[in-house]
Amino acid sequence: MSLLYTDEQKELLAMVREMAENEIKPYVQEADEKGECPRELFDWGFKMGLHMLEIPEEYGGTGLSYETTAMIFEELAKVDAGYAISFVTSFVALRNVILAGTPEQGKYFADVVKPGRFAAFALTEPNAGSDPGAMRATAVKDGDDYILNGNKTFITNGALASIMVGFFKTSPEKGNRGISAFIVDADAPGITIGKHENKMGLRLSNTTDVTFENVRVKASAMLGEEGSGFKLALNALNLSRAFVATMAVGIMQRALDESVKYAKERKQFGEPIINFQMVQQMLADMAIKIEASRCLVNNTMRMMDNGSLVRKEGSITKTFVSDCAQEVTSNAVQIFGGYGYSKEYPVEKLMRDCKVFQIFEGANQVQRMTIAGELNREYK
Amino acid sequence: MNIVVCIKQVPDTTEIKIDPVKNTLIRQGVPSIMNPFDKNALETALQLKDAYGGKVVAIAMGPQQAKAVLREAISMGADEGYLVTDRAFGGSDTYATSYILSQAIEKLGPFDVIMGGKQAIDGDTGQTAPSIAEHLGATRLTYVLDLKAEGDKVIARRQVEEGIEVIETKFPVLCTATKESNKPRYATVSRKLYSLRCDIPELTIADFPDIDTTKIGLKGSPTKVKATFTPKRTATGVNIEGNSPAEMAGSLIDKLAEAKVL
Repeated sequence: MSLLYTDEQKELLAMVREMAENEIKPYVQEADEKGECPRELFDWGFKMGLHMLEIPEEYGGTGLSYETTAMIFEELAKVDAGYAISFVTSFVALRNVILAGTPEQGKYFADVVKPGRFAAFALTEPNAGSDPGAMRATAVKDGDDYILNGNKTFITNGALASIMVGFFKTSPEKGNRGISAFIVDADAPGITIGKHENKMGLRLSNTTDVTFENVRVKASAMLGEEGSGFKLALNALNLSRAFVATMAVGIMQRALDESVKYAKERKQFGEPIINFQMVQQMLADMAIKIEASRCLVNNTMRMMDNGSLVRKEGSITKTFVSDCAQEVTSNAVQIFGGYGYSKEYPVEKLMRDCKVFQIFEGANQVQRMTIAGELNREYK
Repeated sequence: MNIVVCIKQVPDTTEIKIDPVKNTLIRQGVPSIMNPFDKNALETALQLKDAYGGKVVAIAMGPQQAKAVLREAISMGADEGYLVTDRAFGGSDTYATSYILSQAIEKLGPFDVIMGGKQAIDGDTGQTAPSIAEHLGATRLTYVLDLKAEGDKVIARRQVEEGIEVIETKFPVLCTATKESNKPRYATVSRKLYSLRCDIPELTIADFPDIDTTKIGLKGSPTKVKATFTPKRTATGVNIEGNSPAEMAGSLIDKLAEAKVL
């Protein structure tokens, strides 16, 4: 472990580890196979208060720093990243409310989540992924209300969420400046939840389409000013992009833990395979990438705790860590050999789970465009 | 309902090291944990609080480091924790410890229920909690699975060798809990943070002006450890396997006949 943890952080991590190891881990393989996480497993997290970590104290939350929250989710991701991301996604929605919402909206959001409920963030559409400006969903003013219409896709927690932050065009002719964000109750009439995606990885995480058909919301549900939604989504995504990297670190750490253990047990040519230099180099490179990734995430979290919007650093963190995770988990499968390819062993799942980290929260190719764009701006 | 839970900090190991001179346990260098049965006792207390309201107070006797188990109890939901600590209390056996704890309970009370684990995993005597009941004149109920209140009556289910015994008695009661009593809850993040920051008051000998000093510490302890050793295993058991109880009973009878027991 590379970080200097405070006593408080050590205590929190030990507590989360004990719960996740005892109550979640034994059921992960079955849930991964089914592609669904039983509610009872989520309840362990809710009982511990994992859904309140990032909610500010003034709204009844725990108000932990990004730094400590990220450590906790790394720990959870070691057991299952799909489980972890279900809780993290509520914070993705929350960050929009914190960045642009009024204290009343913040309190409203927190009160919905507090009893043990999830939130979702509805931005992506079938034809608006890396290019959210291409979205077609609309919000049309009608007296004191807005009427929402549109199709959102790949919505994490789609079928689980009780509250959503959704993005809609209030002025389609204005392009990116015509997008506005709304808090929407998930049980509002006109919302239809589509079928659960049969995903490659993160299979304990729920992902669905969400269709809005003449969904009526009060004008007071709008976050920030009309037309400020695009900027809000980008700012919130910068934070969330950096944050999700912590779960990729957790996946990698698990991959290393399993690989070292296996390399010490597995014998070929009469000795444990960890004695072979080719295997040693793989393990050492895995450890190097994990340490570097963890330190990078930690530094970016501390920048966020200091109020930075980490426009460039968020992209750098997510891109570097997710690329490392791809290599580290692939090498874990390699070290396990034929057994690594089997679902009887835990490492093939890690490879499946981490692939999406190169894709979601903005594909790594787009992140590199963003980083280069920032460099271009910095060196004017 | 006000409940006090007696908690002991114990070494987290099955490998027990003994001081060859004092014949007491060496605790240094061994990680310390809350005695597992005390955790069950705490869970029983928290369930009673959930059902009937009131408060749960945790007490522990020991050196400063024993505050850790009180903080853990608070992180799980205990309202307050008190450390009973003084050089004069050092070396107390179960008689002296139960006397000192009963003094602390009287000072912090009154309590309707006093909870403790059925025994500590280090000393394994199982005497301290029941002795507290004697000092306080409370009804003593060991191996309690659960209890409920009906007016001023208490109905407890006890795990006994023959099965489960249901007992009706009156408050105050001292109960000891076992592994079978419940599954202790996890702490919550917010309680954990509170427990690490809150104050754990100490009770020293100065807080007990009327304590009988002949009953405390090493000198007040009638128990003298003469020798401690691990008994050698002299006989090995035989596992009888089979596809049905009838088949296994048959092979048991064969074996007993072979051994000329039958």
